[in-house]
Amino acid sequence: MGRFVVRRLVQVIPVFFGATFLVFALVYAVPGDPIDALAGDRPLAPAVRTELRHRYHLDDPLLVRYGRYLEGLAHGDFGTTFTGRPVSDIMKQRFPVTLRLGGLAFLFEAVVGLAAGVLAGLRRRSVVDSLVLVSTTVVVAIPVFVLGYCAQLLFGKQLHWFPVVGIREGWRSYFLPAVVLGALSLCYVARLTRASLVEAMRADYVRTARAKGLPERRVVGVHALRNSLIPVVTFLGVDLGSLMAGAIVTEGIFNVPGIGQATFSAIHTQEYATVVGIVTALVLVFILANLLVDLLYAVLDPRIRYR
Amino acid sequence: MAGAAAVLLLAGLTGCSSGAGAGEAPGQFSVAASEPEHLMPANATTTADGQILSALFTGLVEYDPATAEPRNAMAESIHSDDGRTWTIRIKGGWTFHNGEPVTAESFVDAWNFAAYAPNGMGNAGYFSKVEGFAALQADHPTTRAMAGLAVIDDTTFTVRLTDSFSQFPILLGFQAFYPLPKSAYGDQRAFEEAPVGNGPFRMDGRWRHDEAIRLKRFAAYKGPAAAAAAVEFRLYSQPGAGYEDLLAGSLDIATDVPPDQLAAAAAEFKSAFIERRSSAFYYLGFPLWDNTFARKELRQAISLAIDRQAIVRAIYDNTRAPAYSVINPLVPGSRPDACPLCRYDPARARRLLAAAGGWHGPLQLWFSTSAENQPALEAVANMLRTNLGITDIRFNVYDFSQFLSLVKARKVTGPFFSSWLMDYPSPHTYIAPLYTAGARTNRTGYANPAVDAHIAEGDRAPSVAAAIPAYQAAEDVILDDMPTIPLWFGKTRAVHGDHVSHVAIDPFSRIRVQDVRVTG
Repeated sequence: MGRFVVRRLVQVIPVFFGATFLVFALVYAVPGDPIDALAGDRPLAPAVRTELRHRYHLDDPLLVRYGRYLEGLAHGDFGTTFTGRPVSDIMKQRFPVTLRLGGLAFLFEAVVGLAAGVLAGLRRRSVVDSLVLVSTTVVVAIPVFVLGYCAQLLFGKQLHWFPVVGIREGWRSYFLPAVVLGALSLCYVARLTRASLVEAMRADYVRTARAKGLPERRVVGVHALRNSLIPVVTFLGVDLGSLMAGAIVTEGIFNVPGIGQATFSAIHTQEYATVVGIVTALVLVFILANLLVDLLYAVLDPRIRYR
Repeated sequence: MAGAAAVLLLAGLTGCSSGAGAGEAPGQFSVAASEPEHLMPANATTTADGQILSALFTGLVEYDPATAEPRNAMAESIHSDDGRTWTIRIKGGWTFHNGEPVTAESFVDAWNFAAYAPNGMGNAGYFSKVEGFAALQADHPTTRAMAGLAVIDDTTFTVRLTDSFSQFPILLGFQAFYPLPKSAYGDQRAFEEAPVGNGPFRMDGRWRHDEAIRLKRFAAYKGPAAAAAAVEFRLYSQPGAGYEDLLAGSLDIATDVPPDQLAAAAAEFKSAFIERRSSAFYYLGFPLWDNTFARKELRQAISLAIDRQAIVRAIYDNTRAPAYSVINPLVPGSRPDACPLCRYDPARARRLLAAAGGWHGPLQLWFSTSAENQPALEAVANMLRTNLGITDIRFNVYDFSQFLSLVKARKVTGPFFSSWLMDYPSPHTYIAPLYTAGARTNRTGYANPAVDAHIAEGDRAPSVAAAIPAYQAAEDVILDDMPTIPLWFGKTRAVHGDHVSHVAIDPFSRIRVQDVRVTG
C-alpha cells in the first residue's frame, strides 16, 4: 500500500514536467503579440513596448523562458500577468470559487445520483425505476447551456428563488450553477448505480447472504451496494477533475468568476503564466483524484490489494 | 425521491447563506462594469479602466456629457499666446483623498512618470508633443523629467510643446493627464489596488478583482459633489450578465444589453433605456503599398457600392450608425454629410470601376474575430459581387492580436476591416493619427502632402475652434482619396432601474456616476 502510493506520487513528476512544457509551448506558439494587443488599436510608444517585452522576457527563446518559469516556480513564484498582477493572486481568488462550485456539484451528483440509482435498482421495472430512466435520458439529451439558461429563467427571473448571476449571495448563488453543472454527471451516476446494483442483486453472494438470514438492509447496504459502487467511484473520481476544469460554459452563463473563465480569457490574451499556472494546478488535482479513487477500491473490495 | 433529496440539500445550504440582500443601502447604487486592466491613470488604456478612473479622478478639463465640448474642471485657466507654450493655472485648495494637496507638482510629476519609458506606462505616447519627451524614451534615459515642463508656483505650471498644437487643452481631460499623489510612485501594485485620486468619489475598500469595486463620496471634494453617497461597480466578465441582473432587480444600471434583447429592452424600459453615439469609427482600410489599390477610382467605386444604411439596419439592427464622414458626429467640428462618395450609388460605382480598369482576380478581405464582424463583411462582399461583379471574394479571418500584427507588418493583401476610438473629442483625433504621412497608426500607408498641410494649419490655429475649418479641409481631401472607406459609427447603451435617475453616458461610453441620483 505504502509503496503503491509512493510509486504513484513519483509518476507525478514526469506528468508535471510534460504538462507544463506542453502548455507553455502551445501558448508560446500562438501567433500575434500579446503586448501589442494590450493597448488595442493604439500603439504603445516604441521604448515602452521594448521595456515591456524585456520585462516579460518575450524576446527570449522558448527554452530560456520555460527555464525561467520553472526557476520562479521553484521559489513559489507563478509569475505575473501582462498587467502586472501576480498569477498566484488570481489562483488564490479563483480556485476557492471553483472548489465551491465543483464541490457542490459533486455533492449534488453523488448524493442525488446514488439515491436515485439505488431506488431504481432495488425496484426494477417499478414506477420509480421508469421515472429515473426517462428523466435521466431527457437530461442527458439536453445541452448544458440550454439547461443553464432555462434554470436561470425559471428559478432566477420568474420565481426569484435564486440570484440570476454572480456569487454575491454566498452559497445561495452557487446552488443553481452547481445543479446545472452536476446534472449531466448525476444522470450517469444514477444509471451506473442502477445497472451495477441490479447485477449485484442477482449475484451468488447476495443469495447466500439472504440464505444466512441477514436482514435485507444489511444484504443491500453491505453486500450488494459496496460491491456495485466500484464503477461509480471510478466515474466520480474522474468527474471530480473535470468538474474543476470544465465549467467554462456554466461559469459563463452564471457569471461565476472561477478557473474556467480565467483560463478562457487568459488563453485569449496569451497570458502564458496564468494558463500554465492553472493547468499545472489542475493536472495535480487530476492525479490526486485518481490516486484517491484507486485507494478507495481497496476499501470497497477487500479482494483488491496493492503491491 | 430525487426531488426530496434536492430539497433537503437546499434546506441545508440556505442555512449557511451569507444573507446579503439584492438591493443597495439608501443613497447607494450599483453599475455594471468589466474588470479593469489598470487603475494607474498613466497605464489605463481600456474603456473599463476609464470608467472607474473618471469617478476617482478629476482632470484639468472635463467634457460636456452631451456635446463633448471641453470645459475647465481642475484648471482655473489654460492659456497660450503661440499655441506652443501653455500656462496652466489650477484651482487652489483641492486635495487628494488622503488629504495631500493637489499642486502643480502633482501634475508635472505624474506626467514625467508616465513619459519615462522604463516605467512601461501604456499612455506614455500621449506626451509625445511635450518638449523633452524623446529624452525619456531613449534606450537608457539619463533624465526623468521632460524639459518642457516647469513648475512656476503651487498652482501654476507651464508646458512647452515641440510645435504649436491648438487642440492641446482638449487633450487634458484624458486619464493620462490626471494628477497623482506621492504615494502612487512607491509601491505601484499597492496603489492600483486602492488608487488615491482627487475626484468626486474615493475608494471604499480595495479593488475586489473580477467581483466589485466600491466607491464612496469624497466629502472634501471641491468640485460639484457627487449626488449619491456610494456606488458599487459590479465586474461582469460575461457580456449581458449585468442586464440579467438588472432584470432580476439586483442591479441599478446595466451598460451591456444583449443585441437580441434590445427591442424588448427599449420597449420595456422606455425613458430608462438610453442610447447614444460612441466614439468608435469602423472602416475598411486599403493596403496602399500594393499597386492593385493605387487608383483612387477603384477605392471610390468600392465605397459607392456599399449600402451602409441597409447593412446597419439588417445586420446590426440599428445598433450602429452609417458613416458619412471620417470625423465622428459626436465631436464638435464634425459634419454628418461630409462624404458624398459614401452614399450608395451602384451605377456610379460601376462607371468608376470601369474607369479604374475593372477588377481582375480574387479580392481578399481581412478582419479579426474579436467583434461581430463576419455577417457585416459578408454583406459587404455580397454588395461588391452584385454591384461591381467582383465574384471571387475571399475572407482572411484572424484573432485580434494576430490580425493587428499582420496589418502592422503590411502583410494584408486586400481591404482590412478595422476600427478607431477617439482619445480626445477633437476632429484631430480622427484625422491626424490615421492619415498623417508616416504616423505609426497610419495603417494604410497613406501619404498626401495636402492633408499634412491642412493638419499642420489646424495645429497652428490660434484657438481650438479656429482649427476646425483646416481639419475639415483635410477631411475633404481624405474622403476624395479614400485611403479608408468609412463604414459605420458605434453606439452605446445603458438601462437603469427605478431606484436611480439622471443616468447619462459620456462621449467615452462611460456612465457619469457623479450625476446619478438615488431616488428609491
